[in-house]
Amino acid sequence: MTDTSLRLEERPAAPAAPLLVVDGLRTVISTARGELNAVDGVSLTLAPGEALGIVGESGSGKSVLGRTIMGLHTSGPGMTVTGSVHFDGRDIQRLPARGLRELWGASIGMVFQDPMTALNPVKKIGTHLTETLRKHRGLDRAQARARALELLALVGIPDPARRIDQYPHEMSGGMRQRVVIAMALANEPKLLIADEPTTALDVTVQRQILDLLDRLRSELGMALILISHNLGVVAGRTDRVAVMYAGRVVETADSRSLFDRPHHPYTEALLAAIPRLEEAPHLRLEAIDGSPPDMVRPPSGCRFAPRCRYAREDCLQVVPDLRPADDAPLDPAGVVPPGRHLHACYHPVDRSGES
Amino acid sequence: MAGSGSIHLRPPEERVLSVDDLVVEFPAKGGHTVHAVSGISFDLVDGETLGILGESGCGKSSAGRAVMQLPPPTSGEVRLGGDALTSSSGNQLRKRRARMQMIFQDPVSSLNPRRKVKDLVAEGPRIWGRKVDDAQIREVLSAVGLDPDVVWDRRPHELSGGQCQRVCIARALMLDPQVLICDEPVSSLDVSVQAQILNLLEETKQRYRLSMVFIAHDLAVVKNISDRIMVMYLGKVCEIIPSGSLALQARHPYTQLLLDSVPEAHLPGATTDAEGVAEQTRSAELPSPLDPPSGCRFRTRCPLATELCAAQEPQLQEAGPGHYLACHHADLAAILGTQETLAS
Repeated sequence: MTDTSLRLEERPAAPAAPLLVVDGLRTVISTARGELNAVDGVSLTLAPGEALGIVGESGSGKSVLGRTIMGLHTSGPGMTVTGSVHFDGRDIQRLPARGLRELWGASIGMVFQDPMTALNPVKKIGTHLTETLRKHRGLDRAQARARALELLALVGIPDPARRIDQYPHEMSGGMRQRVVIAMALANEPKLLIADEPTTALDVTVQRQILDLLDRLRSELGMALILISHNLGVVAGRTDRVAVMYAGRVVETADSRSLFDRPHHPYTEALLAAIPRLEEAPHLRLEAIDGSPPDMVRPPSGCRFAPRCRYAREDCLQVVPDLRPADDAPLDPAGVVPPGRHLHACYHPVDRSGES
Repeated sequence: MAGSGSIHLRPPEERVLSVDDLVVEFPAKGGHTVHAVSGISFDLVDGETLGILGESGCGKSSAGRAVMQLPPPTSGEVRLGGDALTSSSGNQLRKRRARMQMIFQDPVSSLNPRRKVKDLVAEGPRIWGRKVDDAQIREVLSAVGLDPDVVWDRRPHELSGGQCQRVCIARALMLDPQVLICDEPVSSLDVSVQAQILNLLEETKQRYRLSMVFIAHDLAVVKNISDRIMVMYLGKVCEIIPSGSLALQARHPYTQLLLDSVPEAHLPGATTDAEGVAEQTRSAELPSPLDPPSGCRFRTRCPLATELCAAQEPQLQEAGPGHYLACHHADLAAILGTQETLAS
């Protein structure tokens, strides 16, 4: 999806200007074996307050995409970033280091997978929170501490007055992840990027953290990018989902239609590979044969074609771009309603015969 | 939960593996003791797959390792076929235990990085001084879905995670085991590869006539592969249930909490709660295994808990065919379950 999809999605009927516009983003990492195309031409937009899910398997480029959006990956030795990321009107790739620091503290928050490595083991919980408050908001010590206590209460940590003076190792994984979320929220960012925020946690704790993110999003009105390999995690928690494969978005739609009626063979295969609780035991799962392509030498044409059961000759020639699902001609002005179902496939899954 | 009891065990002559009153304790700092597994019993009949389900810290991995005598349990008895593993040691233990093989969570780190696939697979029998011919290695590699010509001379770092897990399964099969103990064998794998490995384990089980203990935290995965499921919490058994009944007939409040926490891929927006009950249960913290609660260990998070639960530990009781439950309020639990089913 390159320019086309941007045009499609960027002209919403709604007046709200997008909070985030990613256009033709490519992140190329130099490795000993050659150039690795981690993110290979991704365009997307995010409205204020919207929740976007990005799903994909390991190596699909979803985390690199999140970090590039955040400005953690910029062109430099070992890495080339092309395309653009505009956040709130500012071009993130062109911001100086100082501008980026301001942005990270105040406007974009990020939550990583492993809460233990995101926290400094020799600093108290309180210090983690007050540092950013004092830096970006100019609060004094007492004010910052008061706000830190508020934040701990906000993310549902019982007994904040005691917890604030503890060290990370004194808390459980779920509590630590709450602290990391509290840090990301300290300055009420407009966008929170959560990269596999629950992968290291147990199911019951996972549910708590996802509920918490939901509640905070509606209370604070922030936008959310939820990156996960788990389709279930993303399904109930986002407005829209983008499925990534081999560095590209292969399908995007509002969450319900994506899971109910997947168009791209990869999305379909991914959904079929998950065992389901309501199915009988010992049911044979529909595994996807083969493995994802080597992104140092990606195949020509559709990246999924070598593993795709619907692949034909034309799939091997040119990489398909994202386009609207129904193939309906655009109206004369080329305007398409926002949030349409788009796929990058020459032979999408045909479900017309089904009820 | 949890409870103790042995009402769910089958007649001894049918059992391939039987585990009786298994206790695993580890010493901790300051003279404390970690109560990892506190008196669980289970058995395995020929060709059966038992799933052990629970969250981190529930003792499911400790239980699996104690069965393998890695290390031997603090107390309790493990019998494989007719042989008591717990009372054997040294050579006798090694010999008897060889009929039981284990598959671990991280396939890459459970293989020696310096050895080639052909040697990794042949390692087990060679340790026993048996001659292994190439044809045998080829056969088992093909059985686990690897092309012998491709992987023959490769080392673990040249393989993907899924391929390494296949090598681990091939290694286990070379010793012609009766029982396979799989400890989270698919949790480090991607969804598409996870499906491949689950299918492979199922096929292998049929082909080599294995019985299996499958330890995992993912409800749908455990349900897919198991005949019976044992739910554990803080070192105790909560519920034992035929896998087909898990979604609709589970009655223990903890099993219901687990079911309620599963994010559903196909039902966007359907994750809303039945009642605030589940919310209360979820938000409580897991008690420390250093000092587990008295009576029922789940009572500190249980919406149905009463004084009885603190005073007395519930024993496993029959709740239906092949379905056993350790809860003082099993009747209430049944009603709660019905309500949640209706509400959802």
